[in-house]
Amino acid sequence: MMRSEPRALQLNDQGQLKHFLTLDGLNKAILTEILDRADSFLNMGEQSVKKVPLLRGKTVVNLFFENSTRTRTTFELAAKRLSADVINLNIETSATSKGESLLDTLQNLEAMQSDMFIVRHSESGAPHFIAEHCTPNVAIINAGDGRHSHPTQAMLDMLTIRRHKGQFEGLKVAIVGDLLHSRVARSQLHALKTLGAEEIRLIGPKTLVPEFFAQMGARIFYDLEKGLNDVDVIIMLRLQKERMQGALLPSESEFYRLYGLTESSLSWAKEDAIVMHPGPINRGVEIASEVADGKHSVILNQVTNGIAVRMAILSITMSGQLQNKMTDSSGGQH
Amino acid sequence: MRTTIKNGQIIDPSQSLNTQTDLHIEDDKIVAIGQAPDNFTADHEVDATNLWVLPGLVDLSVALREPGYTQKGTIASESFAAAAGGVTTLVCPPDTSPIIDTPSVAALIQDKALEAGRTNVLPIGALTKSLAGEQLSNMVALTEAGCIALSNHRQPMANTKVLFRALEYAATHDILVVFHPDETSLSVGGCVHEGMMSTMHGLAGIPETAETIALARDLILVQKTGVKAHFARLSCAKSVEMIADAKAQGMDVTADVALHNLLLTDDVLGSFDGHYHVIPPLRSEEDRLTLIEGLKSGIITAICSDHQPHEKMAKTAPFAATEPGMANVEALLPLSMLLVDEGDIPLPTLLHSLTKGPASCLGIDAGTLKVGSYADIILFDSTKKWTWSEQSKQTKGSNSPWLYNPMAEMPAGDLAGKVVATYLAGRQVFPLH
Repeated sequence: MMRSEPRALQLNDQGQLKHFLTLDGLNKAILTEILDRADSFLNMGEQSVKKVPLLRGKTVVNLFFENSTRTRTTFELAAKRLSADVINLNIETSATSKGESLLDTLQNLEAMQSDMFIVRHSESGAPHFIAEHCTPNVAIINAGDGRHSHPTQAMLDMLTIRRHKGQFEGLKVAIVGDLLHSRVARSQLHALKTLGAEEIRLIGPKTLVPEFFAQMGARIFYDLEKGLNDVDVIIMLRLQKERMQGALLPSESEFYRLYGLTESSLSWAKEDAIVMHPGPINRGVEIASEVADGKHSVILNQVTNGIAVRMAILSITMSGQLQNKMTDSSGGQH
Repeated sequence: MRTTIKNGQIIDPSQSLNTQTDLHIEDDKIVAIGQAPDNFTADHEVDATNLWVLPGLVDLSVALREPGYTQKGTIASESFAAAAGGVTTLVCPPDTSPIIDTPSVAALIQDKALEAGRTNVLPIGALTKSLAGEQLSNMVALTEAGCIALSNHRQPMANTKVLFRALEYAATHDILVVFHPDETSLSVGGCVHEGMMSTMHGLAGIPETAETIALARDLILVQKTGVKAHFARLSCAKSVEMIADAKAQGMDVTADVALHNLLLTDDVLGSFDGHYHVIPPLRSEEDRLTLIEGLKSGIITAICSDHQPHEKMAKTAPFAATEPGMANVEALLPLSMLLVDEGDIPLPTLLHSLTKGPASCLGIDAGTLKVGSYADIILFDSTKKWTWSEQSKQTKGSNSPWLYNPMAEMPAGDLAGKVVATYLAGRQVFPLH
């Protein structure tokens, strides 16, 4: 009957990014372009002059409806290194708590001639809603929405994997822990599939790993030893303390015993396996300190790569948005 | 007043009728089909050549929103929309404000409906006071005030004991109870079908078990108490099996399904468009096909619009923050005809599910063109193409994915088939002259 393919809301007529909402539906060429550009920015961080003028004169608004100092800071640094003017708005404690609707807040900000919103929101699909219904002429970057998507985090993870492993073909990647609530894992799954990883394994108890992930092309393991056997990359997810209340887990200690990454469980993976974590880590809950700080860990590299990847995404999206506006205004003549 | 509707294609599943002939009305009743009665001279003739002449539709759920939510709809606006959609009898749920838990609210709604004069309106009363699930409502007084049935709508009962007592009391007085099976501890917080789409898009799911566990409990209690029961808005394949089993055991229960659960599945959720936020949710293709099979085999006897009009702002938010519900009553017949066009349901079954089927769930004499019945009749142009738009619509609601909106991701196209006239007890109520 009425079967709609989700429209490529985030692409302009030329197939370039004009928003960056999800990795679902983005092809390998776009993902590779982001990684390549991020690579070129990475060297810049080591120079004394860290800025490039790609976003000069542009106003970027960090719109965080959910608090996250760390992510907001890396976006702010990325935008500033691109020479943009940056405003940080912590909406959680401002307008919407006074009863102003999301729509009104955004339209006010658009009227102030903003060029880009970096949005974090607790509702899945909120950035889609904003891009489609609120402010279509402002480039929207998804900085994490509900359980749905965290595409910039996933891309920085892809950059980290590529810099350590060279390529994705042939890689076995394990993602361990609270898959149910993880927007990072969902985005990683799309990225790894598109970039050609050989196998994506999801490991955790049934309460945290919905069976439906299998239909998205992942293999599910309930046993950590079997799941980690022979993998090249281990991604540990943060376990929120409140999960114990929802009857999803009996205790932190039982979770750690069954699914925590320790030096002994790490030995089940390949000898040169890398260990990743989107942070902030819970030492002794999902990962042992010796592993988090050990020689397999690339957790701090992820943070460094995060700024470069966000610079790449911000600059690519802004140019696609500008291209789109030029096409729109020339198309409006007839 | 005598009227003859001439030369139309008369289709009435209640009499297995599908023939081109005349239909004769005297005052408020149908007096003959075919040959006019002796001494019958029409004061007024309607040429129905190339039109279908159908029984007026019976819709088991149209939220009128009044009293209490007139920003979403009024009795006048929504009963007009229903008449435009060919509905001559509608049932309205008790979730108004105040709730229909006193005879005076039931009377108010019926008075306003009579004043509007577009369609018969049969309210459902609350099974418990304030729908709080704790104290029984004045059930007999509510039915005496015109409530066709009682229901706790989508609100949970405090516990199974209260439900059991409520059903016993309703059974004592032979009152029909409408169930919306939902185990709220499983559905709480959910907004879509729990499946691959909910997992992929990070939207909180409502598992099939939320419906089937409640349905299993309700069926056991219905059997135990012997209460007259109707199960509303089934959405799962498994529920159809359970109703089939109950009927096979000799239980006399009926069931309905919302039109959108027959037309759509959860694969529309990719765009996060809040128009697809409905409760119970759009489920899988397997569920959709089993619901269709259930209609064909008579396990499910009625299709309803489950009309829930909303103002624009109610749908202007991220998906889970939107209010659930679609407003489709005004396009009920053309949208239902999509099921015939796609070859999913034969025409007589479809029309039965919109007329005699729902009437029999309620035990009322409606949804038929039998001689002697009230002349609740619609004329339907099955080939007319038209656009249902903001400008032309009668409902106050703006929340249908089929309402033409040029700004939408996928603007809905033309609808095929239009109700061109609706008669209520012999009087034309749509369009007005």
